[in-house]
Amino acid sequence: MDDFYRELIVEHYKNPTYKGTLDPNDFTYEDENPLCGDHIRVDLRVDENQVITEAVFSGHGCAISQASADLLMESIIGKPLDEVKKMTKETVLELLGIELGPVRLKCALLSLKVLKAGLYGIGNIEEELSEI
Amino acid sequence: MNLDINKIKTDFPILNREVRPGTRLVYLDSTATAQKPSVVIDSMKQYYEMSNANIHRGIHQLAEEATSMYESARQKIARFIHARSTKEIIFTRNATESINLVAQTWGRKFLNAGDLIILTEMEHHSNLVPWQMLAEEKNLELDFIPVTAIGELDSTAYDRLLEKNPKLVAFTHMSNVLGTINPAKEMVQKAHDAGALVLIDGAQSVPHFSVDVNDLDADFYVFSAHKMVGPTGIGVLYGKEKLLAEMPPFLGGGDMIKKVHLRSFKANDLPHKFEAGTPAIAEAIGFGKAIDYLSAIGMENIADHEKKITQYALQKLQVVENLKVFCPNVTERGGVISFEMGFVHPHDVAQVLDHYGIAVRAGHHCAMPLHEKFGLPATSRASFYLYNDYEDVDLLVIGLQHVNEMFA
Repeated sequence: MDDFYRELIVEHYKNPTYKGTLDPNDFTYEDENPLCGDHIRVDLRVDENQVITEAVFSGHGCAISQASADLLMESIIGKPLDEVKKMTKETVLELLGIELGPVRLKCALLSLKVLKAGLYGIGNIEEELSEI
Repeated sequence: MNLDINKIKTDFPILNREVRPGTRLVYLDSTATAQKPSVVIDSMKQYYEMSNANIHRGIHQLAEEATSMYESARQKIARFIHARSTKEIIFTRNATESINLVAQTWGRKFLNAGDLIILTEMEHHSNLVPWQMLAEEKNLELDFIPVTAIGELDSTAYDRLLEKNPKLVAFTHMSNVLGTINPAKEMVQKAHDAGALVLIDGAQSVPHFSVDVNDLDADFYVFSAHKMVGPTGIGVLYGKEKLLAEMPPFLGGGDMIKKVHLRSFKANDLPHKFEAGTPAIAEAIGFGKAIDYLSAIGMENIADHEKKITQYALQKLQVVENLKVFCPNVTERGGVISFEMGFVHPHDVAQVLDHYGIAVRAGHHCAMPLHEKFGLPATSRASFYLYNDYEDVDLLVIGLQHVNEMFA
């Protein structure tokens, strides 16, 4: 149990650093986990080189989903969108530092799913952003 | 009569396993699916080892045995819910399939554009989505009996809805989230007075208290074996014979026919008309055994036991800080308690409890509209059955106190 709810996770859940919304933003996307109704929205700002300058999440969910969203936001600031697109579930699991079964894996990966679905789904985001 | 819980616990092999070394299982998720006693498991093994054959058309010893075991399960079920005849007991995969069967056969044949179906806000998705699908296909109207703040159906609103001449009223006998037991008999009578037929979702009622479909005068009544100590993969549609006879078949195939020509077929008699293809034979046999098992203990005794455990739990849970029971003041309640714990997400509640071997449900319990109505994304749910005792409740309370410590 101590492994599961490492202090880090509970702390990020109770006091997230990157929780909020950005207005205006260069990117916003939201989705939910139909299993539990967890809902996450991610807002980003990027610079002219398509490097993420600000990243926040909002929504509601369990400690695992909220903590992993907070950790994910922290980790993508300063990274180019291209690199973020290549992030995998291992990236998130490393951030969390725990092992998860299939059900909780969905909680942990919700923020990454939102981020990637948004980045891939908005058509050619790079082109849109380069026009700014 | 008090149940001999120690004896009952030994009837269910899984209750004697440890979830992890040194941690015994406290199973509080019977509303999702019940555990199975060894008599049920053994009956299915016995069938496969001794009598396995396809039913109905084989002329050999094994086929005779299999057919008679399968049909005797149907008889047991008919007696258990007081159906008038085995023709009224259709085997399906589960309660969900039973509702879909009625929607896709009776609904498609007898409902027309503009017709109204009344449902309730406390339905499981399985008693919402099949009607939504049908409504979209046939341009039907759907309306909903509201749930009051207490957690019961609003009977005044129901009366008003009935004035709109519904063709069908479909509601759950017992809510899988709130535990509310609805006044089914009275609701059926009112619906009939208004000229509507009634389908009752009995997935949570038949396992937990005595149900008499005849006395209720329900037109359709559905339930699943796996929630009543039987196997998964088999359920029942009870329907009044006259209605079932007027309905077209559901799935086409073997066993549901009397005659087949290249371009046409003649449907079989009830109940076989609705049972296409090789059914879940072993599961039907296991289902029959489950009914024997529950009957031997007595449904009144089971209901009484669950009531005591639930009252005890409602009282004990009051000592847990941050815990709020979802609709604690429901008058007629079965063994289901949903709750929230302040800012601690239900998934985290369930995860911490799991560490102590306690199995509860966390989520929207397939009743998203009900949670939406009360502004809750999700809840945790503990549910009780004949094999749960006071100690299980005490362990739950201790587990929940650990949840508070963890997130304090």
